[in-house]
Amino acid sequence: MNNKIKKILPQIITVLFVLGIFGFFTFNAQINMDNRGIDFGFGFLTQESSFDVQFSLIEYSGSHSYARAYLVGLLNTLLVSFISIIFCTILGVIFGVARLSSNYLIRNSAAWYVEFFRNIPLLLQIFFWYYAALRALPVPEKAGPWFGVTYMTIKGYYIPSFIWTNLDIFLYSILAVIVSIIIISTYAKKLQENEGKQTPVFFISLGLIFVLPALTFFIGGVSLDFGIPVLKQLSKTSYVFEGGIGLPPELIALVLALSLYTSTFVAECVRAGIQGIGKGQKEAAASVGLTPNQILKLVVMPQALRIIIPPTTNQYLNLTKNSSLAAAIAYPDLVLVFAGTALMQTGKAIEIVSITMLTYLSISLAIAAIMNWYNKKIEIKEK
Amino acid sequence: MFNIIKKLTSFVAMVAVLFAFTTEAMAKKSKTLKNTQKKGFVRCGVSQGLPGFSNADASGNWTGVDVDVCRAVAAAVLGDANKVKFTPLSAKERFTALTSGEIDILSRNTTWTLSRDADIGLTFVGVNFYDGQGFMVRKNSGITSVNQFKNGISACTNIGTTTELNMRDFFNSRGISYEPVAFEKADEVVAAYDAGRCDTYTTDKSGLAAQRTKMKNPDEHIVLPETISKEPLGPVVRQGDAVWEDIVRWSLNTMIEAEEYGITSSNADSMKTSDNPAIKRLVGAEGELGAAFGLDNDWSLRIIKQVGNYGESYKRNIADPGILPDRGPNQLWTKGGILYVPPAR
Repeated sequence: MNNKIKKILPQIITVLFVLGIFGFFTFNAQINMDNRGIDFGFGFLTQESSFDVQFSLIEYSGSHSYARAYLVGLLNTLLVSFISIIFCTILGVIFGVARLSSNYLIRNSAAWYVEFFRNIPLLLQIFFWYYAALRALPVPEKAGPWFGVTYMTIKGYYIPSFIWTNLDIFLYSILAVIVSIIIISTYAKKLQENEGKQTPVFFISLGLIFVLPALTFFIGGVSLDFGIPVLKQLSKTSYVFEGGIGLPPELIALVLALSLYTSTFVAECVRAGIQGIGKGQKEAAASVGLTPNQILKLVVMPQALRIIIPPTTNQYLNLTKNSSLAAAIAYPDLVLVFAGTALMQTGKAIEIVSITMLTYLSISLAIAAIMNWYNKKIEIKEK
Repeated sequence: MFNIIKKLTSFVAMVAVLFAFTTEAMAKKSKTLKNTQKKGFVRCGVSQGLPGFSNADASGNWTGVDVDVCRAVAAAVLGDANKVKFTPLSAKERFTALTSGEIDILSRNTTWTLSRDADIGLTFVGVNFYDGQGFMVRKNSGITSVNQFKNGISACTNIGTTTELNMRDFFNSRGISYEPVAFEKADEVVAAYDAGRCDTYTTDKSGLAAQRTKMKNPDEHIVLPETISKEPLGPVVRQGDAVWEDIVRWSLNTMIEAEEYGITSSNADSMKTSDNPAIKRLVGAEGELGAAFGLDNDWSLRIIKQVGNYGESYKRNIADPGILPDRGPNQLWTKGGILYVPPAR
């Protein structure tokens, strides 16, 4: 009995202590807010926001509610994180593998790249891309076309917009491709296990991806038009592009900075993963007659991924949280739109900051959950 | 189990004691004044650098009409206009800094609006600058009026300001589609506009005039004549300390009334023997005006002697540096402006 108390008592005290601290701050905030006549509540979320946002994935204007403004900010945060995660992964894998290259030049350039971009503070890199690099771009009327129809200007990168007819049929065809690839790869695996036959799944999939959607253009009545950006004069000396999609320079600068910075960490994870596989594994694989490609695909990578995934998850989480630095360069992310403008216009500091914190927490937990699921999938299955 | 209940009871008791302690402390009269006198300096929130209003020079000396309001309060309650600690704040941070008690006066070209006054635990004490929102464009654009604005125009501004809301009202009512580019710091807005990111820069006209002086080539930019909103700018205090509120309000009023009666920093002492009782009250030679705030009778004299009257402050900070030489509405009501303060008596 005595022993049991000894075990439980410290835990109870700790819990009470933590509760006490929370209680104290909550009460204190309550009292201070009462004294200053500030109400606590989330009613403001349904009020009209009455401010506009520069860039939004969903339809939004000041006549929508604060809740909608929150959604705009959230989607912008997710957009910049999603694009940057893809870029940083591609770059990270390339540079991680390059650091292990036997070619002196490739190996050392990769090392320089990693050391350079990971040792400069991220905020500085964001400022560099936004204030130095993108400011060197021409004004709209002086921008020459890139690839014929896109224009890189100080006001943003203008690309043609897509005008679809029968988009739904096209999307169904993509869905069909995905389903058939899954079926084929499952079947191929069975064939490999039962009869030892290898199927070129990759090339079949590649073919399907191109052929099926292309077919819908000929027989499904799908067609695609492009809205080409056209220069429009605003005044004697200022111009703007109209008709295409304008990617704001703030988004471009942020994606550049986030993906270059984070890719260095991903590269190190990749290098660590590959180097973590013993030389004996490769030699053993070679001795049973596997080709170098097969060694990489069947022996090294499956084991390396197990080392690579957990630290890379951390980098993805960091990237997502770092995207909140967007506020420094006017990219309308969650922090700028919701914890910035909305907070100022409503004065609901406690409510808005807690919603924002909870949101980032949820995004991070969701990413962690996906990566954990993937990690589970590739980990050693003891039979 | 019994043990846990006992612990919980003592926890509740502890919280109750804390609760009682805090409310009791809050109920005392002008805690802010007492704290300020104990600390020996006035805690004042200002902008991150707006020439004419609140701007720090290379050696860290703050000047400007907004700064002078805080200096006036310091002169009144501490006897020395230099005993002010300035905290530069972005538009986004300012109200939180005030309500959380980090500063005691917010004097940072802040627009007085109903929702700010009523909703967020703030009290506006007066107006020290009557302003309105305007637009700045490049001179070579050929634009001379807001009527020439076209669809697709991009406008740089600050986040967390009334500017953002007025801008929307303005463009919406005219049916013009626009791209708002909102930065957190004024310097970032100016840099972006200057580099050509935006076609126009919009904020209070005084701010436009002040920021223009910071640009690479000020002559290349003009402020359009139209004013699209009312922007009465003034100092703000936390809600809930009526005495402190009065001190700040009447420190500002003293400066304006001193100008009305022709009392300046150089002639204030000699005004003690004036025949006009209103002047004598202002320089502390008659009446007991300071007692109402818990201050001595020379509080207003110190303001006038150390900071000067409103006209001196305007001339020193805004007119002489060439920001807005014309006082416009910020002229005394006796001279065709709208500066009119209740009498100090």
